[in-house]
Amino acid sequence: MPIERYIFLSIALFCIGVAGVLIRRNAIIVFMCIELMLNAVNLLLVAFSKMHYLKNVATNPSAGIEGQLFVFFIMVVAAAEVSVGLAIIVMMYRNVHSVDINFLNRLKH
Amino acid sequence: MSQLVYLVPLFPLIGFIINGLFRNSLPKPVSAVLGSGSILASFIVSAMLFLNIKEDNTFLVTLFEFIPAGKLSIPFSFQVDQLSIIFLLIITGVGFLIHLYSSSYMKEETSGHFARYFAYLNLFVFSMLLLVMGANYVIMFIGWEGVGLCSYLLIGYWFKNTSYNNAAKKAFIMNRIGDLGFLLAVFWIIQQFGTVTFSEVFTKASALSSGTVALTGITLLLFVGATGKSAQIPLYTWLPDAMAGPTPVSALIHAATMVTAGIYMIARSNILYTLAPVSQTVVAITGLATAIFAATIALKQNDIKKVLAYSTVSQLGYMFLGLGVGAYTGAVFHVMTHAFFKALLFLGAGSVIHAMHHEQDIRKMGGLKKHLPITHITFLLGCIAIAGIPPLSGFFSKDEILAAAFAQNKIYWIIGVLGAFMTAWYMFRLYATTFLGRFRGTHEQEHHLQESPAAMTIPLVVLAILSVAGGWIGIPELFVPNGHALEKYLEPIFAASNKVKEAHHLDHSTEWMLMIVSVAGSSAMALLAWARFSRKPELEEASGVGKVLANKYYVDELYDRVIVKPINFLGNFFSVRIEKGLIDWIVNGAGRLVQYGSRQLRWIQSGQVGSYVLLMVLGMLVFFVVQFFIKK
Repeated sequence: MPIERYIFLSIALFCIGVAGVLIRRNAIIVFMCIELMLNAVNLLLVAFSKMHYLKNVATNPSAGIEGQLFVFFIMVVAAAEVSVGLAIIVMMYRNVHSVDINFLNRLKH
Repeated sequence: MSQLVYLVPLFPLIGFIINGLFRNSLPKPVSAVLGSGSILASFIVSAMLFLNIKEDNTFLVTLFEFIPAGKLSIPFSFQVDQLSIIFLLIITGVGFLIHLYSSSYMKEETSGHFARYFAYLNLFVFSMLLLVMGANYVIMFIGWEGVGLCSYLLIGYWFKNTSYNNAAKKAFIMNRIGDLGFLLAVFWIIQQFGTVTFSEVFTKASALSSGTVALTGITLLLFVGATGKSAQIPLYTWLPDAMAGPTPVSALIHAATMVTAGIYMIARSNILYTLAPVSQTVVAITGLATAIFAATIALKQNDIKKVLAYSTVSQLGYMFLGLGVGAYTGAVFHVMTHAFFKALLFLGAGSVIHAMHHEQDIRKMGGLKKHLPITHITFLLGCIAIAGIPPLSGFFSKDEILAAAFAQNKIYWIIGVLGAFMTAWYMFRLYATTFLGRFRGTHEQEHHLQESPAAMTIPLVVLAILSVAGGWIGIPELFVPNGHALEKYLEPIFAASNKVKEAHHLDHSTEWMLMIVSVAGSSAMALLAWARFSRKPELEEASGVGKVLANKYYVDELYDRVIVKPINFLGNFFSVRIEKGLIDWIVNGAGRLVQYGSRQLRWIQSGQVGSYVLLMVLGMLVFFVVQFFIKK
C-alpha cells in the first residue's frame, strides 16, 4: 500500500482528535481525543518505519527500527499519562460532581 | 634649613585636626592655646626661614609626586622665596595676633563652638599657607579653594542666623565664579606650556613675544579668579556681606590675608602680566574703578564693619591698580601695610563692638574715647595710616602706587588721589563718630563700657606699632638714598618683568609735587571730617545722592534683578514646565500605557481550558504555516 494512505489516515485521526479536544466538554472524551492524536502519530511512525525498512533492507537489515522504538516509548508514556489523567478526572468528579471541563476555569485566577 | 619648610603649614594642620576632632572634649583654654600656639610655631619657623633667604638661596622642597599624567607632572612642592616669605610672615604674624585676640573675643561661646572656631581658623591659615607656598598653580589652587571654604565656614559661623548663612553662601558662590576663571587659566597654562610649575612656566613665558593671545587669555582668566577672591568689580559684593562673621575673622580673612590672595597670585605671575599689556590695562582699570567705587560707598555707611569692609575693597583696588601699572613691589608693599592697619582697624572695631555689647551702628556710639583709651589711640593710628599721612605706613605704600600710576597715565593718578581723599574723609568720619562727641547709646550700654582685656589690647598695640613703622622698609629714594629696602629685597622676583619693561622714573620735582598734593589733600580731608563729625555726627537717614551711596548704588538689587531673578525664573520654568510638564508626563504616560494595555489583555485569560487549547492549536498552525509556506 502506498505511504500516502497511511498519512491521510493519520492526518484524519489527528484532526478528529484536535476537533474533539476543542469542541467536547466532557473530560473523558477530551482525554480519549488526546489518545487518538497520540495514536495517529504512532501509526505514522510505524508506517514510515516500515517504508524505510523496505527501501534500505539490502544495505541495512535494521533500517527504520528507530521509528518502532519511538512508538513503544510513546505507548509507555501514554499509559503512564492515562493513569495520572484518569486519577485527575476521578478527583475532579469527586470535587465538583461533574466532568465538564468548562467548570474548571480557576486557571484565570 | 629646607627641611623646615613643610613645618610651616604642618602646625596649623595639626591644630586644625586636634581642635576639630576633639572639639567637644577640649576645655576652652586648651583649644585657644592649641589654636594660637600652632600659628606662633609657624611664625617662628617662617622667621627662621626668612633669616636664611638670600638672593641666591631660596627653598624649593618637593614632598611627593602629586599628579603624574603622561608628559605632565605636577609635584607637591613648596617654594619659599622673597615674595612668599613676606606673605608667610604676614599670615602667620598677623594671624597669630588675631588668634590671640580671638581667644578673648570669642570666650562667650560654648567650648564646642569655641574649639570649632579655632579649628576653622587654623584650617584657614593652613590653606592660606598652601596658597602662598605652593610651587605650582595646582598647589596654589588647593589653597585658593581651601581659603574660600574656610571663609564660607567662618562667615556662617553663627549658623543659626539665616541671614548670616545667606552671606556665607553669597561669598562662596561669588568665589566659585572667580575660581572657575582660575581653573580655566590653569588648564590653558597646561595646554600652552605643558607644565604648571612656576619657574618653568615663567621661563617658557619669557621666551614668548609680548601680547600673544594665549598670554592675554591666561592672564585675563587668572584675573577673573583674582576679582572673585580679592573682591573687585564685578564680584566684590560678597565682601561687605562677609562682615556677618565674627570680627576677628573679618580682620584675618576679609582684610589682612585671604583677600590679598589675588594680589599674591598676580605678583607671582608678574612676568605673564608684563607680557600681556591688554590684561594689565584691564587690571589697572578694574582696580581703579573698584577703588573709587567702594570709597564712595564707604562715605555713607553707618555700620562700623561695613565702612571698614568697603575701605578694604577700595584698598584692594589700589593694589590692583599698582599691579596693573607694573608697580609690583608697590602692590606687595601695600598688601603688607594694609594687613597691619586694616587688621588693627578691624580688631579695634571688634573691641568697640565688644564694649558696646554687639552694637555695630556708629550712630549709636560716640564719645568712646575716654572709656576705651587703648582702643582709641590704636584706632586713631590705624586711621592715620590708612589715610596716607606720613610717616605712617599707609603713606609710603599708597604713594608708591600712585606715583607709578602717574607715570603710566595721569588720569589714573587723578582718580586714585580722589579716592585717597575719600579714604581720609570716611575713615575720620568713622573715627570721629565713634570715639568723639557725646555718647548716644542706651544708658545700660554706657554703664557697662570698659576697655577690653589684655588679650585683645596687646594685639592692638603690636599692630599699631607695625602700622606706624611698617612703612619704613619702603622709604622712597626721594627721602633716603637706597632707602627702599623692600624693593631691593623683592628684586629677584620681579627681575624678569623689569627686564621686559623698564619702570618709568619720575624726576624728583614731579614726585615731590604728587606727594605734597596727596598728603595735603588727605590731611585736609581728615581734619575736615574730624572737625565736622565730632561736633555734628550724621544721624539722620541720607537723602539724594547720599541715599544712593548708602544703598551701595543698588548693586545688590541690580544683581538680584539681572542675574538672580532670571535664574530663579528659569529654574522655576524648568521645574514646573519641563520637568513636571514634559518629562514626568512621558514617564507617567509609559506607566499608564502599560496599565491600560494590561487591562485590555486580561480579557483573553478566561480560564477556559478549551480556549487555551484553541489558542495553542492556532499558534501551532501559524508556526506550521510560517515554517512550511512563508519562510521559503
